[in-house]
Amino acid sequence: MTDTLFYVFAAITLISALLMVVSPNAVNGAICMIICFVTTAALFVLLEAYFLAVIQVLVYAGAVMVLFLFIIMLLDVNKDTSDLLKDKMTLGASITGFTLLVILTFSVFAGGQHLPETPLLPVMENPTGEGAGIPFTTSAKSFGYSLFTKYMLPFQVTGFLLLAAMIGVIVVSKKHSENS
Amino acid sequence: MTVGLNAFILVAGLLFAIGMFGVILRKNTLVIYMSLELMLNGVILALVAFSRYNGTMDGNLFVFFIITVAAAEVALGLAIIVALFRLRQSVMVDQLTSLSR
Repeated sequence: MTDTLFYVFAAITLISALLMVVSPNAVNGAICMIICFVTTAALFVLLEAYFLAVIQVLVYAGAVMVLFLFIIMLLDVNKDTSDLLKDKMTLGASITGFTLLVILTFSVFAGGQHLPETPLLPVMENPTGEGAGIPFTTSAKSFGYSLFTKYMLPFQVTGFLLLAAMIGVIVVSKKHSENS
Repeated sequence: MTVGLNAFILVAGLLFAIGMFGVILRKNTLVIYMSLELMLNGVILALVAFSRYNGTMDGNLFVFFIITVAAAEVALGLAIIVALFRLRQSVMVDQLTSLSR
C-alpha cells in the first residue's frame, strides 16, 4: 500500500516539476510548483517526518509560493513571454546538460553499485534524548529537545539571520528620496 | 514499506536535475528562482531520506534550518527582483546584460 503511494507521489512530484520548468506562463508554473511541494510533503509523511511535512506545506507551499505568485502578478511579466523554442543554442545546451545529469543519476543506481539497502529502523515513540545521537522519532518533542540542546547555537544564528533578512528587505525595497 | 533508500535518492536526484534544467533553459528571473527552490527541494528530500534510514534526527534538523534560511532567501531575492524591475522595467535575463558590455 505504502509502496503504491510512494510511486504515485514520486510520479506527481517529478511530472509537476517538469511542467513547472517548461510551462511558458509563469503563473501556471507557480501552481505546478505548489503541487510539487505538496507531494514532496506527502513523501515526507511516507518517511515518517510528520513535523517537516507540516512545515513544508505551511512555509513552502503556503508562504513562499504565495509570495512568488504575488510578485509574478505584481510585475506582470507574462506579456513579453519570449519563445522558448526560438533560442536553439540555449535549448540544446540545457537539454544536453539535463540528459547528462539524468544519466549520471541513473548510473549511480545501475549495475549493482548503488548504496546498500538498509532496512527501516524502528521508530522510538517517546525519546529520552540522552546520549550523543538523537534517535529518530516521529514526535515534535524531539525537535524542541534538539533545538535547545545540541543545536542551540545554529538556532540562535538562524534567528539572527531572519532579523538580518527582514532589515535587508526593508532597505532594498525602500524608495530612495530625491533630496538624500 | 519495502521502498528503499535508493528510490528516494533517485527521486531527489531527478528533482535536482529538473531544477538545473530550468535554471539553464528559462529566461524569466522569477522562473529561474523557482527552479532554484526546486533544486533545494530535491536536496531536502535526500536529507530526510538519509535521516530516516540512518535512524538519527540530525538530518531532519538540518532540513528545518534549510527551510528557515530558504524562506529568508526568497523574501530577500524577490525584493531584489522587484528593485531590478523598478530600475529596468524587465526581469528577462537576456535584457539584463549591462555588466557584459
